[in-house]
Amino acid sequence: MTLPTFKSVADHALLIEFGTHVDDDLNKKVVALDQVISRAAISGVVETVPALVNLLVIFDPMVTTHTMIQAAVSRLFPLDVTNHGGQAKHRVSVCYDTELSPDLICVARANDMSVNALIAAHLSAELRVSMYGFAPGFAYLSGLPQAIQVPRKPSATRGVPTGRVMIAGPQCLITTVVMPTGWSIIGRSPLQIIQDNPDDPFLFKVGDTVVFDRIERADLPIELQSP
Amino acid sequence: MKTARFKVSFAGPLVSFQDKGRIGHLRFGVSSSGPMDRLAHRAAHALVGNSNAGSAIEVSLGGLILECISGEATLAVAGGEFSVQCGATKTSGWTTQTIHAGEKLTLRAGVWGSWSYIAFAGQLALNKWLGSTSTHSMSGFGAGTLIGGVEFEVQKAEVREARVGDTPYPEVAGTTDTIRIVIGPQDQHFDPQSVDIFCKKLFKLTDAFDRMGVQLQGPELVLKNALSIPSEPIVRGSIQVSGDGIPTVLLADHQTTGGYPKIATVLSADVDRLAQMRAHDVVRFKAVSAEDAIAATRAHHAICQATIEKLAAPKASLTEKLQNQNLIGGIVNAYD
Repeated sequence: MTLPTFKSVADHALLIEFGTHVDDDLNKKVVALDQVISRAAISGVVETVPALVNLLVIFDPMVTTHTMIQAAVSRLFPLDVTNHGGQAKHRVSVCYDTELSPDLICVARANDMSVNALIAAHLSAELRVSMYGFAPGFAYLSGLPQAIQVPRKPSATRGVPTGRVMIAGPQCLITTVVMPTGWSIIGRSPLQIIQDNPDDPFLFKVGDTVVFDRIERADLPIELQSP
Repeated sequence: MKTARFKVSFAGPLVSFQDKGRIGHLRFGVSSSGPMDRLAHRAAHALVGNSNAGSAIEVSLGGLILECISGEATLAVAGGEFSVQCGATKTSGWTTQTIHAGEKLTLRAGVWGSWSYIAFAGQLALNKWLGSTSTHSMSGFGAGTLIGGVEFEVQKAEVREARVGDTPYPEVAGTTDTIRIVIGPQDQHFDPQSVDIFCKKLFKLTDAFDRMGVQLQGPELVLKNALSIPSEPIVRGSIQVSGDGIPTVLLADHQTTGGYPKIATVLSADVDRLAQMRAHDVVRFKAVSAEDAIAATRAHHAICQATIEKLAAPKASLTEKLQNQNLIGGIVNAYD
């Protein structure tokens, strides 16, 4: 396996990049590298941030340098990519009521398909938790079928509430905090990815699988039933 | 064990509880939060005589009025130069005072700076999330934002009279118009002239400024075809440029990943000085190599360490203080 590219970030981080296009195989390399770095206990490493195609190593500049981290990480290659994260399978409820899902019809139209066909395609997808990012508990689920993909909207919608199932490109996520976003909202879910445990609150592990199950509006908690 | 109780009479937006930060959870989308000005936060604790920099109150330009409803405690204020009134004492900048039941503490934006810190002699009793009280402004996780009517307690509250008095703020705590950066990590997505412009021209901070980041105004930066780069990790100090060419410096509550390219990253030694600037202040970015960035951080760390140690030393014993006051009083009287 060829080495990834290394880029210095300010005085305290090193970006390790496997490629520039979103791809599950590249993400599995990221997850595998993240695991070997955490086991290697490299001096001065503060934390690692695995993303879709790259991984950031944050270090203590009082103890080490970009060059020393790059040398230590390079020694961990070649990687064993069969080890790429969590194995759990989650079934997640989603309600596709059009009144609660403002972009459902637009996404169906953009892909020249019926709303029912869009829902069927979303339900048939087996998605993989490829990273957490952006905001607390935002788990990026990859593997959305090509037929239902839409790009990010040109401008963000402000104040999107929690429990929204959104898509952009090959990815899907369920909002956990109120945030601005340019993704398309296609459903609503009662799932709490951030659980009520202040020490270990996150439900998914990177590498886990997620499949959606359809529920009706009346099955949602009362506070999620109004538009 | 003595407890001092406080009630918020008034709080501007973005006044929150912050400890040193929630380190180690970027992988779950959780930025470290913590103080916008980490040195000032440590300094407030050092001034009041706390051996550890625990939780403090971060005050924004919106200001804060607290009422002490029972007990008493010494407290220190450090950060930008805010105006401070504690009971009947009016002062500004870095100061240590004691507040008693029935008295008010008022902080208002002063000559310079966007953030100031109040540390108490004792321990703020607050809720933690992921091991930290630091408040993440967008989600509200952590000990939370201060709003009118909120009450809180300082446990093991102490009066430390020997620490009371004003302290001139050290040079390292002031703002500067030159902020050092390392170019990248996504400079390849910019037209080369834009990278050059970024290091040569002046930029102005705008009022699109909160704990997540501050948007800048200046010459347009031209992106090459970079509309669909994968979401990549962000650090405090990342300078991302949106599709319309506008740069934003990400700060304490930054999003942890983002799909906009980052033209440069501010050195950890300079990012808090930038955060202390105000809207319309002008900034110039100076590019340094990664090696020089590390050397700069090590030098900065040594200065901060020495500064904190100096601030942590008690001002004087109470007797010495009274003697000093008598002496000064005597001189003044001699000229009457």
